[in-house]
Amino acid sequence: MAGEAGMFMVQQTIGSVLCCKCGIPMAPNAANMCVNCLRSEVDITEGLQKNVIIMHCPECDSYLQPPRTWIKAQLESKELLTFCVKRLKNLNKVRLVHAEFVWTEPHSKRVKVKLRVQKEVLNGAILEQAYIVEYVLQDHMCESCSRVAANPDQWVASVQLRQHVSHRRTFFYLEQLILKHDAAARAIKIKQMAQGIDFFFANRSHAQKFVDFVGKVAPIKSRDDKQLVSHDPKSNNYNYKYTFSVEICPICREDLICLPPKVAVSLGNLGPLVICTKVSNSIALLDPLTLRHCFLDAEQYWRVPFKSLLSSRQLVEYIVLDVEIVSSEVNVGGSKYALADAQVARASDFGKNDTIFSIRTHLGHILNPGDFALGFDLYGANCNDIELDKYKGLVIPDTILIRKSYEEKRQRKRGKPRSWKLKSLNMEVDDSKARVDQDKMNSEYEQFLRDLEENPDMRFNISLYRNKEYQSSEMASMTDGEDAPSVPLEELLGDLDLTDEEDGNESMKE
Amino acid sequence: MATRLQFENSCEVGVFSKLTNAYCLVAIGGSENFYSTFESELADVIPVVKTSIGDTRIIGRLVVGNKNGLLVPHTTTDQELQHLRNCLPDQVVVQRIEERLSALGNCIACNDHVALTHTDLDRDTEEIIADVLGVEVFRQTIAGNILVGSYCAFSNRGGLVHPHTSIEDLDELSTLLQVPLVAGTVNRGSEVIAAGMTVNDWTAFCGSDTTATELSVIESVFKLREAQPSAIVDEMRKSLIDSYV
Repeated sequence: MAGEAGMFMVQQTIGSVLCCKCGIPMAPNAANMCVNCLRSEVDITEGLQKNVIIMHCPECDSYLQPPRTWIKAQLESKELLTFCVKRLKNLNKVRLVHAEFVWTEPHSKRVKVKLRVQKEVLNGAILEQAYIVEYVLQDHMCESCSRVAANPDQWVASVQLRQHVSHRRTFFYLEQLILKHDAAARAIKIKQMAQGIDFFFANRSHAQKFVDFVGKVAPIKSRDDKQLVSHDPKSNNYNYKYTFSVEICPICREDLICLPPKVAVSLGNLGPLVICTKVSNSIALLDPLTLRHCFLDAEQYWRVPFKSLLSSRQLVEYIVLDVEIVSSEVNVGGSKYALADAQVARASDFGKNDTIFSIRTHLGHILNPGDFALGFDLYGANCNDIELDKYKGLVIPDTILIRKSYEEKRQRKRGKPRSWKLKSLNMEVDDSKARVDQDKMNSEYEQFLRDLEENPDMRFNISLYRNKEYQSSEMASMTDGEDAPSVPLEELLGDLDLTDEEDGNESMKE
Repeated sequence: MATRLQFENSCEVGVFSKLTNAYCLVAIGGSENFYSTFESELADVIPVVKTSIGDTRIIGRLVVGNKNGLLVPHTTTDQELQHLRNCLPDQVVVQRIEERLSALGNCIACNDHVALTHTDLDRDTEEIIADVLGVEVFRQTIAGNILVGSYCAFSNRGGLVHPHTSIEDLDELSTLLQVPLVAGTVNRGSEVIAAGMTVNDWTAFCGSDTTATELSVIESVFKLREAQPSAIVDEMRKSLIDSYV
């Protein structure tokens, strides 16, 4: 700076002095001793640890950070280096400049780290020195691994999810919801049982959280119990096993229900014959004859529980002969309905006799003469329902149509794969019980997939993935007017598959 | 010859003694060892005087002198001044000076002809130095240090300066002093040269930590190997004889 200002500066050449110990010429430094002599004089690594024992869990490759934290780290990783350096005591007395691993044989149970440290010695001279610290890995299983090793399915809490109905449709749907929200990520084991699924957890709070999740997506009733496993009176420790018994209400979508008089009155004389249009944490009920609807939450349901009169398995196929719209389209709870008078005949009767039913239906907006529809055959049904008997003089309609049938259209597509697929939970099947009929399961699953295709609002809550095997064929040319409903491509998610490089850019989530 | 010694376990012998060509001052220690080492080396030639300055023992740092005179700081008591006047040879002028920087030994370095002084020294003091010691006075620093008396030691034959002194500074000082200079250390790398040693034209005393390397540097730059108290006289005689013949 002074030089720039035009000031005269005497050039300073650093001379050399003799090292005070060995006498070699060197540049003067604070100790006035050459580096070699300084090294021989002082050892700055004195008092630093050169041998350290660290605890290593061989199962999960983690290291014990006292008092009880286990840190996962690979050999020669940055994390392990940080961990190793942190384990050294007295390192604050020197300045750490550099640290690196010295390669050791992985089986030797030794980790060597080369450290460079600096420290001030002899009136202000700073000396840098490298030294190697040897870490001895002592195998010591971490808490979670030792628990697993002792007994792999040592569960603490179990959730028994049950629904007392003849089909598994609810559980198929629930499975997809669980997958989407990753609700059962903490589960140790998932077991498929006769009328439900058992979930096992390592922790009571995990189970509690799962029960809370189920309570948000389905109308449930739950109770929990605990069983004393062991007890240590000295330290006042109690070991319990917890069991959560969760019952899902037996009312499913598309069930026909005869409401008990009390409920019907409390809902403003709804029904009493109603159909269930949707089940979430509440039940949506619709009177098909008047288009009145209401929601019943879980608490209300379990106060006066009732069963369904007829379930969706008992649906019968009808042919629509004539439709006459009575009222215009109305929006009921998010979906559209139109009241209509229709003439229908059972598909099984068609061509055999002339039995025709004149009925009122809520599906006027989608039914056309010649369509097929599914409905409950109350005319032919033999209902033994206490609730139904309580109503004196109730006129029961011959038929209640539930939905349009796409069976004909679907015949064409039979055997072809879908353009989408679902994930599934990794469930164990309970072998001890009578083996669930695989065919029945498969057909129910197929039915569930069709339901998904037909109901966009059902798809709304679950994740559908693109099926890679599916090739879009020359379908476009073949379509004639109305086609069987399918899932539009925009709704599908790509499955993250890192091995497939070609589809790498497709596999982004939407 | 250079001698290694200690003053009561301290290697800073330059602090506790003052050696010139005409006299030697040593501090009053607990034992006679320090004094007797000087006595055995110098007794035949020059007086070795035990004294204190201002009741302290750090006399080497407080006084400055050469064969012509001795300057003592204002802290010196009258008794001490009288004692010094009694003991030193008659031709040596002893004078007490009123100087704010009372550690004269740290602020002034001199031989029999030239003195280097602290840059902030009083004008009057500078004149007194020139008069009493019979020297030319230069205000100087050594390797950026203003305490010239601490960081260099020189006799009429050579000098040792602070190890960080650059070659240019070394040249300049050497030109001023008209003696060869070298950058070096005493007491195993200590850069406070004058505190670690005291020197005159034919002998030097260093702290006992001084290594063989440092000692050899000292002996060679102060030309102590061939030096004897009588060497000067011998040389003179030789020249006399030369001219005689």
